Amino acid sequence: MTTMTTTPRQSGPRRPQTRRNIAPQLFLALLVIYFLIPLWWMVINSSKSAAGLFGGTGAMWFAKDIDYLGNLQDLFTYDGGIYLRWLGNSALYALAGGIGSTVIAVLAGYGFAKFAFRGRNLSFALLLGSVMVPLTALVIPTFILFANLHLTDTIWAVILPSLLNPFGVYLMRVYAGDAVSDDLLDAARVDGAGEFRTFLQVALPLMRPAVVTVLLLSMVATWNNFFLPLAMLSDNGLFPVTVGLGLWQSLASANNGGGHSLWSLIVIGSLVSIIPLVIAFLSLQKYWQGGLTIGSLK
Amino acid sequence: MTSSPAIVSARGPGAARVRTPGQRTAQRRKALTGWMFIAPFGVVFLLFLVAPLLYALGLSLFTKGLATGTQFAWFANYIAAFTDPSFLRGVGFVVSFSLVLIPIQMAVSLAVALVLDAVTTRFARFSRLVIFLPYAIPAVIGAIMWGFLYSPTFGPLGQLFGLVGAHAPSLLDGDHVFGGLINVVTWQWAGYYMIIIYAALQGIDPTIYEAAKIDGANARQVAFRIKLPLVTNALLLILVFALIGTLQFFTEPAVLRPVSNGGITPDFTPNLYAYTTAFSYAQFNYASAMSFALGIVVFICVYIFLFLTRKRGSFLS
Repeated sequence: MTTMTTTPRQSGPRRPQTRRNIAPQLFLALLVIYFLIPLWWMVINSSKSAAGLFGGTGAMWFAKDIDYLGNLQDLFTYDGGIYLRWLGNSALYALAGGIGSTVIAVLAGYGFAKFAFRGRNLSFALLLGSVMVPLTALVIPTFILFANLHLTDTIWAVILPSLLNPFGVYLMRVYAGDAVSDDLLDAARVDGAGEFRTFLQVALPLMRPAVVTVLLLSMVATWNNFFLPLAMLSDNGLFPVTVGLGLWQSLASANNGGGHSLWSLIVIGSLVSIIPLVIAFLSLQKYWQGGLTIGSLK
Repeated sequence: MTSSPAIVSARGPGAARVRTPGQRTAQRRKALTGWMFIAPFGVVFLLFLVAPLLYALGLSLFTKGLATGTQFAWFANYIAAFTDPSFLRGVGFVVSFSLVLIPIQMAVSLAVALVLDAVTTRFARFSRLVIFLPYAIPAVIGAIMWGFLYSPTFGPLGQLFGLVGAHAPSLLDGDHVFGGLINVVTWQWAGYYMIIIYAALQGIDPTIYEAAKIDGANARQVAFRIKLPLVTNALLLILVFALIGTLQFFTEPAVLRPVSNGGITPDFTPNLYAYTTAFSYAQFNYASAMSFALGIVVFICVYIFLFLTRKRGSFLS
């Protein structure tokens, strides 16, 4: 990543250009400020009490007393520690939905890319078509279907529909087509490896960057999902953190007088809830940045 | 396309023409294995995509009344939807919203991606991360944060306007809610689109730039005449994602509705309206009809769009 400095003649600019870079960098700086404003506001205001939020001196700077710990304590003890439960639910849904849908997508992508069989092109065309079906349009029908099966208001109502990830299959197919050579697979077969073992030991390691990308993207999609759990769940002990915070927000705005304490919980709760994903993205940078090219180059 | 000369020779001479029975069973076994790899996805696809769609279609053809019970009604629900002022207003809103939002989003993300592709300083790398960051933040949280920032009580606007002795406008009331939401969505998604374009730009063979430089092209010509045409596929992909997402607009208006002082109504977008119809009024047949109609319309629009803009080797071909 940082080898730019050691190799002077990459596609990057040479010395004389540095001065001309000032205007673009100013442009970037303005955008950075814009994109950081909400986060800045959230970090600052997580330190405030409800009173500080309302009658504070300035919305963009600290109030007199900075009380992150107190707010955190409130957050994790309010309503019998329901927030921690929401975080746990989100993690469960994201892990189960993300890992499940990635395993399914990897298998299917490999199957589409490396095996010729009757009906392959038709099935793949169907798959591409389904990428264009807006998944939110399926929420209400899926809810009614699940209600008939008495599956609503269970964790399965959120996990099972999250297993559907046609775009992930598309990405895996494109990647497997390029990264896994037929020669290598044939060599493994000649050596007597069964199909599944060939997949596990030869193809899968080669597909690893795409696997991490699809896993990350589908976990994020499940973690961030709002419509599906909102429709499926009514027991707030099963809520993921997105739906929980949405609930707090509507409660807080419904009774402006009595809801003051909730506002400060919403602010710090939002901050805490984004930390896992921000860390995941920062630490897995090289994977998703590489992986996102798969879809766009084809 | 995928078989290289090496593999053809490995199969032995004449393998493509004359098949011995042994090769035929081998091929059949291979086909079966292919299906087995795809089977888990096939099951999920049938259960959670095809089944709900068919079920919604079925439900949408019935009406349910207190006195009449459930009756087969052909397309009565669809006729009701497309003559329902609430539904039509919602459709009008998401269509005009996409027409404004998508050009803005694409312009911002393209401009940033071009700048980031040309400038490779440490700060540029840092800004790339920051601009992408909102993608990692749930839409619910993004909406809540902007709701706070827009609020005359919590946000900085009250103070800013207070400096000149004016009252801050509420950016979520009827007059400003359009722009207010445009801002929220642009903030949330521009970085993701930027990364897709940026990745495509990074995939361009740098020798093309050398050639252009020798021909005397300046930076601007390189950007617009070389880079832009080479990332059209990425732009199309983004356009499709943005279109699908915006026509289904739900999360942000749903989250901001309680704090919008009536600026966001329960029938603000078609999806919000379908949700309200289903869960507040328990009219599941009508809600199914709206969901299905909306899904199909989005699907057809996107399909036609992709068909018209298709190129060899792109997403649909």
